Amino acid sequence: MEIERKLLKKGSLGKLFEKITASGRRILAPVQDGENIFFKEVCSPEEVAKDYIQTTLSAKSAVFPACEKLFEYKFEGREVKIEDRDLNFKPTVIFGLRPCDARSFSALNAVFSWDYQDELFKKRLERTAVIGLSCGKADEYCFCTSVGGGPGDSQGSDILLTQIGSGDYLAEVITEKGKELVAISPELFEPAGDQDKEKYLAKLPKQFELKALSEKLPGLFNNTELWIEQSLRCLGCGACAFVCPACVCFDIQDEAKRDGGVRLRCWDSCGFSLFTLHTSGHNPREVQNQRWRQRVMHKFSYFNDRLGVIGCVGCGRCSRICPADMNLLEHLKAIAEAGK
Amino acid sequence: MSELNIYKPYLMRIEKIIDEAPGIKTFRLLFVNEEEGKNFSFKAGQFGEYSVFGEGECTFCIASSPTRKGYIECTFRQAGRVTTALANREVGEIIGFRGPYGNIFPLESWEKKSLLFIAGGIALPPLRCVIWNALDWRERFKDITIIYGARTVADLVYKYELEEWSKRGDLKLITTVDPGGETPDWKGEIGFVPTVLEKASPSSENTIALVCGPPIMIKLTLPVLAKLGFKPEDTFTTLENRMKCGLGKCGRCNVGKFYVCKDGPVFTLAQLNTLPAEY
Repeated sequence: MEIERKLLKKGSLGKLFEKITASGRRILAPVQDGENIFFKEVCSPEEVAKDYIQTTLSAKSAVFPACEKLFEYKFEGREVKIEDRDLNFKPTVIFGLRPCDARSFSALNAVFSWDYQDELFKKRLERTAVIGLSCGKADEYCFCTSVGGGPGDSQGSDILLTQIGSGDYLAEVITEKGKELVAISPELFEPAGDQDKEKYLAKLPKQFELKALSEKLPGLFNNTELWIEQSLRCLGCGACAFVCPACVCFDIQDEAKRDGGVRLRCWDSCGFSLFTLHTSGHNPREVQNQRWRQRVMHKFSYFNDRLGVIGCVGCGRCSRICPADMNLLEHLKAIAEAGK
Repeated sequence: MSELNIYKPYLMRIEKIIDEAPGIKTFRLLFVNEEEGKNFSFKAGQFGEYSVFGEGECTFCIASSPTRKGYIECTFRQAGRVTTALANREVGEIIGFRGPYGNIFPLESWEKKSLLFIAGGIALPPLRCVIWNALDWRERFKDITIIYGARTVADLVYKYELEEWSKRGDLKLITTVDPGGETPDWKGEIGFVPTVLEKASPSSENTIALVCGPPIMIKLTLPVLAKLGFKPEDTFTTLENRMKCGLGKCGRCNVGKFYVCKDGPVFTLAQLNTLPAEY
């Protein structure tokens, strides 16, 4: 579909939110919560956080909740009854998603839709529309341009907004889903003039060559020295995976009550020592440097080899949150430049 | 299994429980929904996720042969939370099963070849599936040799089948226990599997070797097989990394870029030689 360019007045957001809500969709948008900014359900633009570089968490949980029911079961005497879960998710509009986070949905989708089809994820994604918001600012942790994205990148957004000088938004309508949103209140989307979008985007030079990095990684598997050096500080806390918009590894657990219970799928992390621990006590990744290697390899080599995507969107959250101040970007640069 | 929910298990009724060895049991499972049972098929080498509702899931191979229709069997050692809960189930109770998952032993491509099975301890179940499959198709293969060892006589699993196999004229069975593990009336070999294999010295000509056992047994058996002339591409084993989904999604069973649940669990030694040591 050809991208349509429109102008959305700043003052029209309230009306747009109203119309979207009235159409039966819920709106998730960044909301300030103490020091954090989380995606929460909102009704009006007044509730939306202003002037931030990055939300604390991405909107990953809208399509892949941190803990999600797979099905319920009930005990009836000696019998067991399984109740499948309802896939009738409420249509959702994610407003104000950064381009890096919008891109992450395709990495998640690659895992959930290769081979076996994960309908839970698919149905949620199908019913989600993204109104992305370009970045006018970036910080030293951001590196989207190094992994194929950009502050005004439209991949993953159905409509991408870029705030221009007047405070109004240039709205690029990218997909059919985006068109449907415009059709809810077409009067709010005016013809766009000759706006130079680039002028309003953050400047973020590329920091390393992604292709060189991905090609180099398989040969570095046995370079234990490198992985030890990079992971010496790692506490194995898993915070990097928790905040990562593209991390998809999960655990399956039961939560039981007396006469039944639920089977759950919960976010997990390859940084945890228990992640690969066999019942016998044997652990194929028994020390932290092997787990760090897995994190880097999975995202930048295995993902690419098997699914043709990169498991990182350069949002920088892992580095911002790391309690030991590990910086993924610095490590990737070191790998890309090693032996040059 | 619902077409829409890949995590929803079949309901299986425990028809029979066999105490194999200390801490080791075999369950025979029937499909509660007969229609599902009729439509279910698998091949030797595949595995599944067995679950106790309220406790969780655990991963084992299907230990029965695909030639025996209408039921599946699994053999497991009580070790962690789920296997302990499983071991406490009784005949008639319901458990969950998802599967079959993973690749297979290419039995159909081994026609007119001889088969050598080498197993240690609790690792006989994945091979038992192939053994029965091969025995049910006996005329398709040449010689069948089984070398099976355990720490002690009590630790041998499928004792009743070992007895049955030893009486069949169409296969050669060698059982062994570690030194000190024998009983006064033990008639088998005494010694570790690699030593017994070297002593038996089976021919590698036109023969496929299938090895399953604890890592240390495999490590010491492979050089003996090489010495006997078995080629890496004719030597098969199964890997058993920790799994949750079995569907190539949860991200923990990988060995390098290969997923044990999708690309395995069956690997040739030639393939293993190209993989990083992450298993």
